[in-house]
Amino acid sequence: MSSNARFIDFKSDKQPTWCPGCGDFGTMNGIMKGLAETGNTPDETFVVAGIGCSGKIGTYMRSYALHGVHGRALPVGTGVKIARPDIEVVVAGGDGDGYSIGAGHFIHAVRRNIDLTYVVMDNRIYGLTKGQASPTSRSDFETSTTPDGPKQPPVNPLALALSAGGTFIAQSFSSNAKRHQEIVQKAIEHDGFSIVNTFSPCVTFNDVDTYDYFRDNIVDLDEADHDPTDREAAKDKILDNDKEYIGVLWEDEDATDYNTAHGVDEPMHEVPDGAPDGATDLVREFY
Amino acid sequence: MQDDLNWAIGGEAGDGIDSTGKIFAQALSRAGRHVFTSKDFASRIRGGYTAYKIRTAVDRVQSVVDRLDILIALTERTVDENMDELHDGSVIIYDGERTEFSDFEVPDGMVGLDVPLKSLAEDAGGAIMRNIVALGAVCEVADFPIENLDESLQKKFGGKGEKIVENNKEAARLGEQYVAENYETDFDFELETTDEDYVLLNADEAIGMGAIAAGCKFYAGYPITPATDVMTYLTGRIEQFGGHVVQAEDELAAINLALGAARGGARAMTATSGPGIDLMAETFGLVATSETPLVIANIMRSGPSTGMPTKQEQGDLNMMLYGGHGEIPRFVLTPTTVSECFHKTVEAFNLAEKYQMPVYISADLSMAVTEQTFKPDEFDMDAVENDRGKVVDESEISKWQDEQDRFKAHAVTADGVSPRAFPGTEGGVHMSTGLEHDELGRRTEDVDERVEQVDKRNQKVATAEEREDFDYREFGNADSDNLVISWGSNEGAMVEALDFLAEEDVDVRFISVPYVFPRPDLTDEVEAAENVVVVECNSTGQFADLIEHDTLTRVERVNKYNGVRYKADELAAEIKEVVA
Ligand SMILES: Cc1ncc(C[n+]2csc(CCOP(=O)(O)OP(=O)(O)O)c2C)c(N)n1
Ligand code: SF4
Repeated sequence: MSSNARFIDFKSDKQPTWCPGCGDFGTMNGIMKGLAETGNTPDETFVVAGIGCSGKIGTYMRSYALHGVHGRALPVGTGVKIARPDIEVVVAGGDGDGYSIGAGHFIHAVRRNIDLTYVVMDNRIYGLTKGQASPTSRSDFETSTTPDGPKQPPVNPLALALSAGGTFIAQSFSSNAKRHQEIVQKAIEHDGFSIVNTFSPCVTFNDVDTYDYFRDNIVDLDEADHDPTDREAAKDKILDNDKEYIGVLWEDEDATDYNTAHGVDEPMHEVPDGAPDGATDLVREFY
Repeated sequence: MQDDLNWAIGGEAGDGIDSTGKIFAQALSRAGRHVFTSKDFASRIRGGYTAYKIRTAVDRVQSVVDRLDILIALTERTVDENMDELHDGSVIIYDGERTEFSDFEVPDGMVGLDVPLKSLAEDAGGAIMRNIVALGAVCEVADFPIENLDESLQKKFGGKGEKIVENNKEAARLGEQYVAENYETDFDFELETTDEDYVLLNADEAIGMGAIAAGCKFYAGYPITPATDVMTYLTGRIEQFGGHVVQAEDELAAINLALGAARGGARAMTATSGPGIDLMAETFGLVATSETPLVIANIMRSGPSTGMPTKQEQGDLNMMLYGGHGEIPRFVLTPTTVSECFHKTVEAFNLAEKYQMPVYISADLSMAVTEQTFKPDEFDMDAVENDRGKVVDESEISKWQDEQDRFKAHAVTADGVSPRAFPGTEGGVHMSTGLEHDELGRRTEDVDERVEQVDKRNQKVATAEEREDFDYREFGNADSDNLVISWGSNEGAMVEALDFLAEEDVDVRFISVPYVFPRPDLTDEVEAAENVVVVECNSTGQFADLIEHDTLTRVERVNKYNGVRYKADELAAEIKEVVA
């Protein structure tokens, strides 16, 4: 694809109301740049967002967009993509949105291998509702609703994605601007479902998983001699709970996306003025 | 000679009851006879009593009645279950060789035909054909030309090879012969054939067919009785028209998938039953607030909770009218017959797009499990018109942009309807949201904008009331003092009840309402009548409440909520009691 759209064209004139320093700024910038770099235009892009601070992304971007209800962004994005294979679809939301209320949809979107890019702004907390534990919070993370910590292991979204047959699994850090953009770009280019779990620190409610924490603990796969086409290697990294890897962990380059597998490659927005040709045969079937 | 016949086959679930019933129903329909089928079934797959019933006549039949003339009983229990409907002279066909029938005694006054179904089926090539042997026996009893079965057998078994078809035809012939040779054959029935063409289908199929006719290309659903047949129907068919069916992971996904497709510009739909409607309620509000056209079919069954999943009820009216938090403008269409399900589905898509709103279309279990004959021209594809409402393309987009070239997807207009731009339309970029928003679709808590948008969404309903014809259908004597009103599927039983009532000199005006919201104003009709009765399959009279609310007049209620649909004769008796 080629177009003259620039990063700035994907920006709306609405000023984000995110707290100064929120990781979501960087995550969003990467998405906008990734879309521009891969030759997409706002007119031919659809962004679906969930609920939460992260979910506000659709408001701050410029494209066709829907800001839905909590946890259901992936089914919406799936519906858009099946009806409009000609449109680029990006779905974005938070860790609570995607891995708690929307966890079921997440697994099934991965399984379907629908060709969209899912960026999760993972701050390991519920931001918009003011600081409760999220499914990716550490088991000893003290919050207003978990004074002694959730006392259960965090969800490992990448492991869920791998086990559900994910064909593009990546992790990113919003503050590494260049690297984040590059990972999102690859995700957009992938034919099939791409998940980019992005560390987007919440500076207001999470004093554990902070910028400093990530800076100190991130291991970039580009520097770790990782082959993203090696599923076993990906599995080992994904199940390694001691490190915070970023980069593309796994990509199945030969994957067949949903629309291709189901032969739904024509846009569905045209409707004839009357019943479509051949509809009378449907009545005849009941003779 | 009796032509109006009530027939049934009953046994254990898994005995092939449904397919046998369907074969006979199709044979009758192809022979130019009217057919109305019904099913008794329990919520289990194997085991448990189940029956397929057919009422057939040369004249139109549109209801069940309390009478059973010929019964194929595969188990003794089948006879017990139907004892209320069996009468003097009823014919019971059973296989006395089976252990189930070792103690069986034909009830007094009835005619028992002991036919070795299994042995004869084995003679024809396999025990599995015993139901077909029974159908052959029925042809002899009912004086119905057996050749009419052949085409149904061809349609049912053609895919399995000619040999199988021939064996089945043979099985039927053996059954016919056995009765002819072993019993007095001057039964009192004669099923005439005619040259009429009929089609035979149920409400789910009519809704599915209506969706394709309307150009719907996207369907997402999650299996639930009795709505699953909509998905089954569309699967494999909608693809021929460029569409696609998704079996979603749950109803939350189903409605959101359909919403996504609709935002993409496709005509999209989902169908479910009560519990699924509950799950969809949150997104229902989003559909309305984001002004997305969407059609949701609710094929009602008995609630609340999982209630009686295989039983009839019209208990979701309030849910469809009021379900969802906050105030949600919507349309609720309640087709009253199977053929109307087709037309109202087309209308639902047009209303959804003209007013950019969610539209419920309801049917219920009794219509969904009933196959009924219609003249094919009741499904006239040439008469279908699709109206997409205010869709704008590149050439008109500037009319709807603000001074900064931003598209006003939620522009406040006199009729309440805003322009719609599909993704890919240059200059039409916009966001929609479930949050309260301004004309651009951006979140707002501004007091004036809030009121403006709420009024705008409500205005769409007011505009539709002005422009559309939300009318009712009328039967019986328009000048009668007795007015009966019903909504949805009760029409057929009530129309037939009029005949029973006429026989007893009870004169009735009957109004059948296919729209619940917006709905026709019946104030004049109610005021003109002395006795007003509202008939519905629920316990509280949800529609009766609406009539009282609209007309400020108390009405009588006739309610049935035991899980069984109204029968015409039973309904007539209840009405008579109230008005006489
Ligand atoms: C059905 C429903 N339940 C609860 C809420 C309240 N709610 C809004 S945002 C949110 C959590 C968001 O957390 P996350 O997805 O991690 O996003 P963040 O705000 O951290 O970016 C919740 C519970 C809601 N909007 N809808
Ligand atoms: S509360 Fe946290 S997640 Fe929300 S905007 Fe502020 S920093 Fe970002």
